[in-house]
Formats: sequence, structure tokens, C-alpha cells
Amino acid sequence: MGTPVLAPVRGAFRAVAETVVPEARALPPDEWRTLEAIVEEALAGRPPRMRRQLRLLVRMIEMAPVLRYGRGFTALDDARRTAVLHVLQDAPLLLLRRGFWGLRTLVLMGYYARPAAAAQIGYRADARGWEARR
Amino acid sequence: MTEKDCDVLIVGSGVGGGTVAEGLIPLARAGRRVLLLEQGARLDDHEFTGGEAEMADALYEEGGGFLTAEGTMTLAFGRAYGGSSVVYTGTSLLAPERVVRHWDIPGLDHADVVRRSRRYMDENNVHFLPPEEINENNRLFALGCAKAGYQAEPFPLNVLGCRGSSLCNLGCPNSAKQGTHRVQLPRAEAAGVEVVTRAEVLRLQERAAVVRVAPRPPGAKGRPSEWPAGEYHVRAGAVVLAAGAVGSPALMLRSRLPASLPRLGEGFTCHPAHILVGEHPRPITNDVGHPKSYFVDRAAEEGYVLETCMYFPFTTAKNLAGFGADHSRLMRAFPRLQMILVLACDHAVPGNRVSVDAQGRPVVRYRFTPEVIASLVRATRASARIFFAAGALRVHAPSADPPLVEAGDAGRIDELVDARHFKTGKVSLSAAHLMGGCGMGRSAADSVTDAWGRVHGVPWLRVADASLFPDSLEINPYLTIMALADRVAEGLREEARDVLAARPAARTA
Repeated sequence: MGTPVLAPVRGAFRAVAETVVPEARALPPDEWRTLEAIVEEALAGRPPRMRRQLRLLVRMIEMAPVLRYGRGFTALDDARRTAVLHVLQDAPLLLLRRGFWGLRTLVLMGYYARPAAAAQIGYRADARGWEARR
Repeated sequence: MTEKDCDVLIVGSGVGGGTVAEGLIPLARAGRRVLLLEQGARLDDHEFTGGEAEMADALYEEGGGFLTAEGTMTLAFGRAYGGSSVVYTGTSLLAPERVVRHWDIPGLDHADVVRRSRRYMDENNVHFLPPEEINENNRLFALGCAKAGYQAEPFPLNVLGCRGSSLCNLGCPNSAKQGTHRVQLPRAEAAGVEVVTRAEVLRLQERAAVVRVAPRPPGAKGRPSEWPAGEYHVRAGAVVLAAGAVGSPALMLRSRLPASLPRLGEGFTCHPAHILVGEHPRPITNDVGHPKSYFVDRAAEEGYVLETCMYFPFTTAKNLAGFGADHSRLMRAFPRLQMILVLACDHAVPGNRVSVDAQGRPVVRYRFTPEVIASLVRATRASARIFFAAGALRVHAPSADPPLVEAGDAGRIDELVDARHFKTGKVSLSAAHLMGGCGMGRSAADSVTDAWGRVHGVPWLRVADASLFPDSLEINPYLTIMALADRVAEGLREEARDVLAARPAARTA
């Protein structure tokens, strides 16, 4: 496994994660660690260039609102954070759209691949199948 | 580098490789050494837990998130003993006659493909599920189709002892799915075919392969390789590539083959797919029962196929457009969600192809043609009608903006779901039916192999997987891959004396 990707941008990453999945705000520290470990593991097998690009994107998201709002992403309220991410999601430039799509996908993976999240949304698949429901 | 020697080397243990391994049992019994190399691991039954992240990591290439070069679609393909046959849902459909006719390959006729396919249907226990085993996610689809005017057909499935875990795409935890890891490979091994896992073929040489056997990473699922970790030079009388529509062309591209193959890597198709979701007012049985009982085939008329499906929390979350409160609300409705997979029947076009980067790693280039986007939009509109006819309150349609369409707007589906909202990089697209790259045909000018998988100009090399398809199959490809691989095995059996006679004398290790 290479150098952790999230450590240098943890604050901004968590702010993005809380905007993508508002329930993430309520996560206790150990669940945040689980979420980030899932993301790091997914990134570990990816090319170094992709890992660098992801870190760069998170830094860019943190800095981009300074011009418009006079403060970084982590210091914005929910509505403004959401507006910033919508700009990326709908950007005319494919590079930005797919960059945000990748970051969003990693956040969703970290959040929903946790067994606790699966249980919270009512997902009940069980290896015993029908027998488990009787 | 350790030297090894065999008569026939098969690369890949999935649908194609497993079929060839079984097909070469007569050669193994006759004393020929048949060796199969698989890049992935061999998992024991207890390791199939159904956990989304851990199983995706253990069974799929790049965890199922292999990105196209454009970064606009993920490709899911297996990397394990049994390949993609471990992680698909067991759907077993016959190749459409019109598609094989359109392929127009001398020496390949539809009747032969069907005859061979039916043999594997018997061998793999393909049958329809009894009605009492069909869950509401599937029954609502059939109901919606009936009300909305679509013809839903039942899927023939290759399961034996299915308990309805719904976890097919994460590897069946009950050993019910009759993939090559359960049927063809164990038979081949029992008859003397040697299978080596965690063995990656780095490149081909003249009647040989350079192979790296990886150690088992600490904490990883699967058994250690059957061979000690290290590099091997494996000499073979004949080589059969069955590494899939990404792996086979990529391996040939990074090897210096003694032939000019201008079509190598070209003609990649993949049935690009969306997952659509309909929200019902009450909980339904969706995450229990086999996930894929019905389909609607509109390939010939409208360029799409609809299939029932059920995915796991992360996969579902990834496929819902947007983020924030609306996205979370839909995820919390999980027990009330009905799902449909829409697949576009794409066609081979210039530029959509497999290549390799400077390190020899596969790169898949894929651009969405206006025809594919139009097919996805038509499929989405049809799905929305089916969801609403089945009683859904709202439908999540990625080609609508905003993506949620309420039941009150059911009359405006054609207006709301529109190609202008289809933005690559915003809409989640994935594909699991990867085809082409080593297409069959007449000569090297129009193809890579002939109708029996023999590579033009390379008498010791054959291909036996979905990369042989010269164009999209327009339906789930499993049985057709088996039929074509069966032809490759038959060809090798018939030509063994000539092909293997040219093999160089064995050297000692």
C-alpha cells in the first residue's frame, strides 16, 4: 500500500463527505476511521497518478470558494457547500465532472460499504436467503 | 526464471477458459499436459461472505471499478478461479439468430452455436425459477410490464440449490451458481488438467508465456498459489487465450506476435448500463430471492434490454445521481425500492477499443455514440412506465433533471427523460458484458481470428472468450461464450497431432 491519500486533506475530505452524505456528520470517530480505511484501501491499488489527482481535487474544492465567498470549503455553511459541489457536478468541462464523480463515488463507498450503514438503511440480505426471513 | 513445459496452455479460468479446460479432458487423459493459469485466487466456500466491499475486492478486477480511459464508465469483470462466472447472476440465454447472421462469419452458423449452448444448459442445470421463489422486486416488474404493454420473459438460470441470498454478484455464498468454478473446472482438474491460480501472464513469446506467480497477500481471501511465487517461463505447444475482452487483446498487444493484426483491440462493445430505481409506498421483498428473474428484449426494435436486478448499498448509492439530502432519502427507502437494469445494445465503432499503456496495462477507450445515448433514454422511459404501472410513487431516472420523477408526472415521461440531460461524467454508467477486441472473421484485414478462434498468422495461438465477438451480442453473453469456447476446444482436439507436433523439445528447469 502506498502513502495514505486522505491524511493531508482530511478536513476538506470530511467536509465533502458530510455534504455528499449528510448523515456522515453524526458518525463517531471510529466509524470515520472505518469510512476512511475503506476509501484508502480502494485507492491503494490505483495508479499513483490517480491518487495524486484525487488529493489535488480535494485541495481545489477547499480553495475554490475563497474567490466567491472569501473562505474555504470547510468554513462554508451547508447550502454553500452544496452549491460548490453542484457546480462541479454540472461543470461544462468533463474533467471536472468526472473528477467529482470519482470523489463522490469514493465517499459513497466509504459510507455505504460499512455494515452499520447497510443496517441503517434497512438492507437485510443474508446468505441464508428466504430461510432468514421465516 | 523457472522453466515449465506443457502441451496446451490456457490463460484464464472464466467462462471461456473453464469451457476449454473441460473440452480438453480427452487430451489430458491421453497423456497430454494441459495447464491453465488464472490471475485471481481460488476461494474456499466459507470465504463467500456476501460483504460488499470485501467480496468486490476479492473477486473483481479493481474491485469492479475498472475505469475507461475517458473516466465515464466502470467495467466489471471477474478475477478469480472461475472468472466472471463467479460473479454474474447465472442468466443463460441463447444467441439471437439475427445477431449471428449479422456477424457474417464464414464457418459459424447459428444452429451450431445453439446446439452447443443447449449442451451447456443441460450441464449447468439451467432452468426457470418456480413461481414461489420469485420475489416482489421481480413480480412487480412482470406486473408493470403487463400493464404498460411490454413483454416480460423469464430468465433461464444456472443455479442448483439456490437459497435466494440475492448475493449472486458478490459470489454465491451457497455454492448454488453453476459457474465454471463449480462445474467445468473441477471436472477438468479431476481429469488431470493442472490449474494454477495467482498466475499472471505478463507476455507471450513464440509458443511460450512469461508468467508471474504472486504470493498470497497477508489477510487476503483465497488459497496461496499452487506454484511457489516467482517468475516462470512456460513453454507450450499451443496457447489458448481466455482472459476476457479486456485481458486477451491486452496480452496480445503487449506481446510481440509474429503476425500483423491491425484489428487487434478494435470492435470493443459492452452493453453500457444504468441502474434505475422505483420507490414504492410499502416495503417489498427485494434483497432476498434471486435478483434476476425477468427481462424485456427490445434490442431489435429499440436497441435496449431491460432486466430485473438488485444491488447492494454502495453499488446502489453510486448509481443514484446527485448527492445530499435527496440522495440520502432515497437510500433510506431501500426496503421499498424496485430496481431495473437498462442495457444499451451498442455496436462496434472506430475508436472504441482496447489498447495498452507504456507499462502494458490494459486501457479501454469508449465513447458513447448518439445511438447508445438514445437507446439508454428510450430504455429509461420504458422502465419509468413499468415502475409507475407497478405502483411506484417516484422513479429515479439519471437522464432526467432533476433525476426524480413523481407519479403525478408519469404522463410527462417523454418530456422529462431526455438525451439533453445525459451528461457523461455525471451519470453513473457501468458495463459487465465486455465483448470484442479479438473479433472473428475472414482474414487479418477484417478480424483477429477465424471462426474457430485461430489467430490469423499465428498457428499456435487461439482465443476462446467474449473478445471473439465481432460485434455486440445484444443479450447476456455467457452461453454464447461457452459455445464458441467449445468450438475452440474441438478444433484443438482435432488438430492436436499437427499443432502440438511443432512444439520445441522440452528443456529441463
